[in-house]
Amino acid sequence: MRIGVITFPGSLDDRDAQRAVRLAGAEPVALWHGSHDLDGVDALILPGGFSYGDYLRCGAIASLSPIMTEVVDAANAGMPVLGICNGFQMLTEAHLLEGGLIRNDHGAFICRDQVLRVENTSTDWTSGFDAGQEITIPLKNGEGGFIADDDTLDRLEGEGRVVFRYVDVNPNGSLRDIAGISNARGNVVGLMPHPEHAVEPGFGPDTAAAMRSGVDGLAFFTSVVRRALVEA
Amino acid sequence: MPTIVVEVMPKAELLDPQGKAVAGALARTGRSGFSGVRIGKRFELTVDGPVDDALKASVQQIAEEILSNSVIEDVVGIHYEQSNAELAEEAAHESAEHSDSGYVAPAGETH
Repeated sequence: MRIGVITFPGSLDDRDAQRAVRLAGAEPVALWHGSHDLDGVDALILPGGFSYGDYLRCGAIASLSPIMTEVVDAANAGMPVLGICNGFQMLTEAHLLEGGLIRNDHGAFICRDQVLRVENTSTDWTSGFDAGQEITIPLKNGEGGFIADDDTLDRLEGEGRVVFRYVDVNPNGSLRDIAGISNARGNVVGLMPHPEHAVEPGFGPDTAAAMRSGVDGLAFFTSVVRRALVEA
Repeated sequence: MPTIVVEVMPKAELLDPQGKAVAGALARTGRSGFSGVRIGKRFELTVDGPVDDALKASVQQIAEEILSNSVIEDVVGIHYEQSNAELAEEAAHESAEHSDSGYVAPAGETH
C-alpha cells in the first residue's frame, strides 16, 4: 500500500508521518502541495505544522493549494484521508469536515501527552482500536479549540462522527470535548493530537511500563493498511 | 488607486481569547470602564481598474469564501474607499478651486 504525505510550505510533521507509515508496513510517498498529481497513492495524510505561518486562518491558505483540488476529489470518491493538527484545520477549511478550530480558550500554546477515547472504530483510520479504548498520544497546538453550531454538534454526535474525545482534561476549550471527527462515509478523519508521534518505542509518550514507550498512534496507520489488505 | 476594505470579526457568540487577554491587560493597568474587547481583522484590497458591479460582486464572494470562515467569523463590513493619495490630490484640487472656502480636507482621512 502506498500512502501519500503532502508537504505544504510550513509543514513540520510530514517526515514523522512518513516514518509512521513505514512502521505500519506501507510505503510513504512524499507529495508536494504545488502539484496536481497524487502519484497514484491509496491513501493521504495531511500532516501537522504551521502552513503559511498560520496566516489568514490556520490551514486556510493551504486549503487553496493546487493539490487540494485532487485531495477533495479523492476524498469524495472514498480515498482514506487523515488530517493531523494543521491537516485537520485544512480539512475543515476545505469543507471536507465540519466545524472549525479556534485559538485555545486559555490563550496559550499547549504541548502534552493527551488521553483520548476512541468513540468510533468503524472509520478507515480507527478500525484497529477497540470501541471506547483510551489511548495516549501527544497534543501540541495553539489553535485547537473545536467549534461548530449546536445543530452540527448534535448531528456529528448522532451520526457517531465524533471519533475521538478528550479524557480527563479538555486542553483547549473544544466544544463537547471533541478531539477529532470524521465525514459521513468514515474515510476522512481529522484530529488535533498527533498519532505519528507515538509509533515507535523510545520516542512516544511515557507509559506505566517505561518512559517514552507509548505507541498508541500506530493503530491509526495499521488500520488503513489492514483495510487495504481486506479490500485487495 | 481605489482601496476596498473588508472587515471580519470572530462570531459574537464565540470566545475571543485574544480580546479577552487584551481586556485583562486593560484591567490590570487600571484602565477601568471597558466591559470587553474583541479583536477582528481588516483587509485592504487595492485595485487598478474601476470599482464596478462585477468587481463588487467578486469582492463579496472573496470576503465570504476566503477572507472569512463562516463557521467561526462574520464579514461585518465591506467599504469602498479612496486611497490617501487620491484624497490628498482631491483635497489639493478642491482647495485650489475653492480657495476662499477655508476648508481643506484632511489628507489622512479615509472615511
